[in-house]
Amino acid sequence: MSTVIDGRADTGVFTTMPSIPCTEECILREGNTNCGGCGMSIALTMLSRALAEVGDTCSLAIPACCGAVTAGAFPTTSYGVPTVMTTFASAAAVASGMAAIRDLNEERGQVVCWAGDGGTYDIGLATVSAAAERNDDILYICYDNEIYGNTGGQRSSATPPGARTSTTPSGKREAKKDIVAIMAAHGIPYAATLSIAHPMDFRRKLLTAFQTKGMKFLLIHSPCPTGWKSEPGDSVELVRLAVRSGLFPLYEVFDGRRYRVNAKPDWADPTEYFRRQRRFREDELDLPATRRVCRERYEWLAHMAEAFPA
Amino acid sequence: MPLEVVTGNHAAGHALSVAGEANRVARGAACGIYPITPQTEIVERVAAFPFTKGRVIPVESEHSAMGVSIGAALSGARAFTASSSNGLAYMVENIMVAGFYRLPVVMVAVNRTLGPPWNIWADQSDSLMLRDFPWVQLYASDNQEVHDLTLLAFRLAEDHRILLPVLVCMDAFIVSHTQGETDLASQEQVDRYLPPLDLPQRLDHARPRTMGAMVWPDQTTSHRMEIQEAMERVPQVYEECRAEFVEVFGRDPGGAMALTDTGDADTVLLASASVATTAREVVKRRREEGEKVGLVKMRMFRPFPEAELRDACSGATRLGVLDRDYAAGVGGVWWQDARAAFQGHRDDLMVQDYLLGIGGGDVTPESVDRVLADLEARPAAGAPVWNDVVVEQEVGA
Repeated sequence: MSTVIDGRADTGVFTTMPSIPCTEECILREGNTNCGGCGMSIALTMLSRALAEVGDTCSLAIPACCGAVTAGAFPTTSYGVPTVMTTFASAAAVASGMAAIRDLNEERGQVVCWAGDGGTYDIGLATVSAAAERNDDILYICYDNEIYGNTGGQRSSATPPGARTSTTPSGKREAKKDIVAIMAAHGIPYAATLSIAHPMDFRRKLLTAFQTKGMKFLLIHSPCPTGWKSEPGDSVELVRLAVRSGLFPLYEVFDGRRYRVNAKPDWADPTEYFRRQRRFREDELDLPATRRVCRERYEWLAHMAEAFPA
Repeated sequence: MPLEVVTGNHAAGHALSVAGEANRVARGAACGIYPITPQTEIVERVAAFPFTKGRVIPVESEHSAMGVSIGAALSGARAFTASSSNGLAYMVENIMVAGFYRLPVVMVAVNRTLGPPWNIWADQSDSLMLRDFPWVQLYASDNQEVHDLTLLAFRLAEDHRILLPVLVCMDAFIVSHTQGETDLASQEQVDRYLPPLDLPQRLDHARPRTMGAMVWPDQTTSHRMEIQEAMERVPQVYEECRAEFVEVFGRDPGGAMALTDTGDADTVLLASASVATTAREVVKRRREEGEKVGLVKMRMFRPFPEAELRDACSGATRLGVLDRDYAAGVGGVWWQDARAAFQGHRDDLMVQDYLLGIGGGDVTPESVDRVLADLEARPAAGAPVWNDVVVEQEVGA
């Protein structure tokens, strides 16, 4: 049940996932103008495929974020499902209203909040917390590119220490907020981290979320070549490195109490991860400290998974 | 239904609830609730109502209360909420969204002073700050009017010629917490009055739309023009909703304005909400004393019934505007709009502003008498007059 996969495994299986042609019903249609190497776009496609696989559909509540820009300009849209652009802090509240009326009318379809880290970790946190406290039947997905991407790359509370953004020109000093711990602390039925470099694990977590009633919170590590100042072709490899080196552990929390770790880092040198993104400067990073924090974090998760298994 | 003795808040909560319940034959109802004095009793009433097909969602802020309404309304439900003062200020961003999405949300606002410094008493500066948003605004003077206008608001908002949210306002405490005889609508009556909500732009998997994607300047202009056209249809549709109301409930909820003795009046007062009730008593008394005074009680603030106001004042030479609100650097909000209504139409009408009852101060018949005395004595209009101001004594003086 709680098989721990190797950080390097789960590769190349993207092509073995059910191939769904990009039709009108797809969440993200062809012809969108998103950046090359955009992790969010890959994640949207994976969500679309997972829904098609189980014969389900969704509607989207999207606050201000790259996902809102993805729609493109009226009267065309890149979204193939009912989609509402909400105010920055309101995605979860709007979704609560949508889910309530869906349920009153006994209709199908996931109500998905598709939000960036700014709308989740920062301005939307109170709203997300309230929806979690009420355990509303919402699938909240945060694609975390660790910056305010739409506005040109400013720090958010998801920005990792050391990263240079336009508002942290000499590198962010503060730690990254542990949003999954915050969400899990609400005791919601399901919280998990996902990586587009681990598509089968990604798919399984989406299917788990689809089957779970109540509030689901998924955090996707979402590479952003524009903000990370990395090569678009490196996107998947970068987030794979983040899992391997322990920077982005893959795990699940059930009911806020039971844990499962999904990938064991092989403790690859994170230097490569940082070097391939020009938002970091090697001489400004404390790599030994970073590695220590990652190991401690993983050991804590592994301990929780052993003491309180899912 | 027999008359019941209830507060203004009770009347509003009842009207919102039975209106929501009436949509059980369609896609149901939803209300995001958040407390704030002096509105709280309204959402408590809604929370206690046994909806057949409705959800009451206790949220963490006014901003989210309107967020829930937006999500529910876009899903085709009858959505409503209530708020007041700083709660309305906190909600502003989503109030705007409900209007721009053309959602027939109904909100009851209990007019309370904006803070700081903190003050919970009556003042209309809170709802009047929303004047430039695509919301119809109605002001009620008493419990029955709160109740009736709230029901009418749904019918008006949901009419396909309108599709705009409606704000129904009442004064803090003077109406919200004061009990009075009120004819509360039965469910059967409301079922007859309110047709099932059919929102043309509702979210639909069969026809997936993206609501709120980026638009260009010309499309933005079209969007605003459509709102303006809908606003211009409001007076006509309001009158239809009013006539239907009379048919179903057997009483008149009133028009965009109520006139008292304006026909041959030389001096006219303009007032709204509970101040209008006090002013009406003064006008009646002064009429009996032979003075040619009249009153325009405004029920509708948005759209502003300019032409009707000009008609009501056609024989007058002086118009005194009673503002229980204050717009910094200008004066009264009602005064600004009243003055604008005569621009280019009348050069011989003096329009003078009186700021009174600010922060919930008592507006007594004597206050209105002082306004009339000033109005009739002054040779020309001037800056807004701060009426009934008591200058604080220095401590220890």
